[in-house]
Amino acid sequence: MNSPARDDYAVHTVMLNLWYGTFQALFDINLDVKKGIITSLIGPSGCGKSTYLRSVNRINERLGYVRTEGTIEVLGKNILDANVEILQVRKQIGMVFQRPNPLPLSIRDNILFGHNIHMRGQKSSKFDREDVVESALRRVLLWDKVKDRLQRKATELSLEEQQKLCIARLLPVKPAVLLMDEPCSALDPKGTEAVEELIWELRGDFTILIVTHNMAQARRASEECIFMLMGKVIEHGATEEVFLTPRQSETADYIEGRYG
Amino acid sequence: MANDIAEGASPAGGPAQRGRIQATDFDRRDADWYIDQGIQLLVFIGGISAIVFIIGIFVFITKEGFGFIFGEMDFGQFFTSPRWRPTSEYNPTYGILALVAGTASVTGLAMLIAIPFSLGAAIYIAEFATGKTREYLKILVELLAAIPSIVWGFIGLTIMNPLIIKIFDVPIGLTVLNAGVILGLMAAPIMTSIAEDALKAVPDRYREAAEAMGATHWQVTIKVVLPAARNGLLGAVLLGVGRGFGETMAVLMATGHAINLPSSIFDSVRALTATIAAELGETAVGSNHYMALFTIGIFLFVVTFVINLTADLVVRGVRKG
Repeated sequence: MNSPARDDYAVHTVMLNLWYGTFQALFDINLDVKKGIITSLIGPSGCGKSTYLRSVNRINERLGYVRTEGTIEVLGKNILDANVEILQVRKQIGMVFQRPNPLPLSIRDNILFGHNIHMRGQKSSKFDREDVVESALRRVLLWDKVKDRLQRKATELSLEEQQKLCIARLLPVKPAVLLMDEPCSALDPKGTEAVEELIWELRGDFTILIVTHNMAQARRASEECIFMLMGKVIEHGATEEVFLTPRQSETADYIEGRYG
Repeated sequence: MANDIAEGASPAGGPAQRGRIQATDFDRRDADWYIDQGIQLLVFIGGISAIVFIIGIFVFITKEGFGFIFGEMDFGQFFTSPRWRPTSEYNPTYGILALVAGTASVTGLAMLIAIPFSLGAAIYIAEFATGKTREYLKILVELLAAIPSIVWGFIGLTIMNPLIIKIFDVPIGLTVLNAGVILGLMAAPIMTSIAEDALKAVPDRYREAAEAMGATHWQVTIKVVLPAARNGLLGAVLLGVGRGFGETMAVLMATGHAINLPSSIFDSVRALTATIAAELGETAVGSNHYMALFTIGIFLFVVTFVINLTADLVVRGVRKG
């Protein structure tokens, strides 16, 4: 692997260790996630892939008993530094969850939620806000479906539409990185396909880090792939290489379905 | 035929014995069956008796008040006259307007005090407090809710009364203010408890979603949690109002028990409930006065029933939505 300049990395992780109470979940994670592409995280349940993902926007600190050591640099800044404002971190790093979790508000207010929080300093007229709503919904191919019912509750949408909305609501604040924690696992095959296509469309504009249980999904919908096992990174490379010519025997075993 | 195959395949147990057990098994009722039936009946009686008792109580107070409603009672006077003079020898009048005003003013003031305190406490306990603090506060709130109303009456009479006289330089401290504060403090714990349950019922993934978008703790609370818990919170407030309307002992002791249309919070008033409590023992059973008091009881019953029913329907609404 050639070594690109540090600027090419969106997420630069060095010696990350993480404990839940006394249980160590991540061991010496060193990972460089490249800008503007889709990187998938695969591995058996409990391997730490979700834990890693959830530490990149520090949402796992909600639990209260999480301790982290090491550095995670996003856009050249260590987000684990003591003087970092967690709210600014989360503005730059959006997250999509396993189960679609639109807020119990209208479709419109869901899209504007992040916008209203983070763009308060700037003056935004009602006209601007309508623009924000429309362009976000257009980007996720939902505009034509919901444009006549923007005031309806977002929780009335189908799961597929809810998940698209959950992606759309991140876009107005223009995050650099999108984290996705098994975004299709609650959807049916049709919904999975639609959301996968949408994620594929978003690459380039955003750095996307996606955790998945579904190896076929990792293979068809990501450009680089990281295989984790027991809290350690085993292999990281171009998706095709990881799947066709894995360098580690554990990776080969997992991909061939010998465990996990 | 299937039986034969099963027997052939299984080496254990003689074929004759297995056949006999299978034939008699299906209609066997063992002790568990009878216990289950017995418990079902018991639970049914327990459940239905609550309804029977409530209907019974309503029938009783209605029956006692009916003679007055269809006899002496003048509907216009009853609801619009502030003159409650049931013991007047020549011209007894039965107007409950002053009593309604007394109850309403005390309850209104109580809610003004209780709503901000209880909602604030519920938000703190449910959203901001963590670990031990939260557990201790919850226990403390439940304890406060269990203080008997007569104790609150004592506080009104012996602590609040001189305090109000001293602070506001008024001749008497047994007033709307006194009873309103006492009733507000009484209603706050139960309202806190119900409001906290309503906040707890908001799924955590809403909070997680909002936090992941960079919302502060307060933004999550005000923009997501409170709107989602709106119905439950409204239910808590309505139950507090119901409690205020029905409370008797504390308001009897703290209002001054003077029939009066209050013009300020420093006026003494008299509550509907307190009137019944104070006068029922001294009336002749079946007299107009006696029946008029029962009519007040019917009125209170209907009002609190409507308030509680509304609260219940409102709370249920949140579960559906």
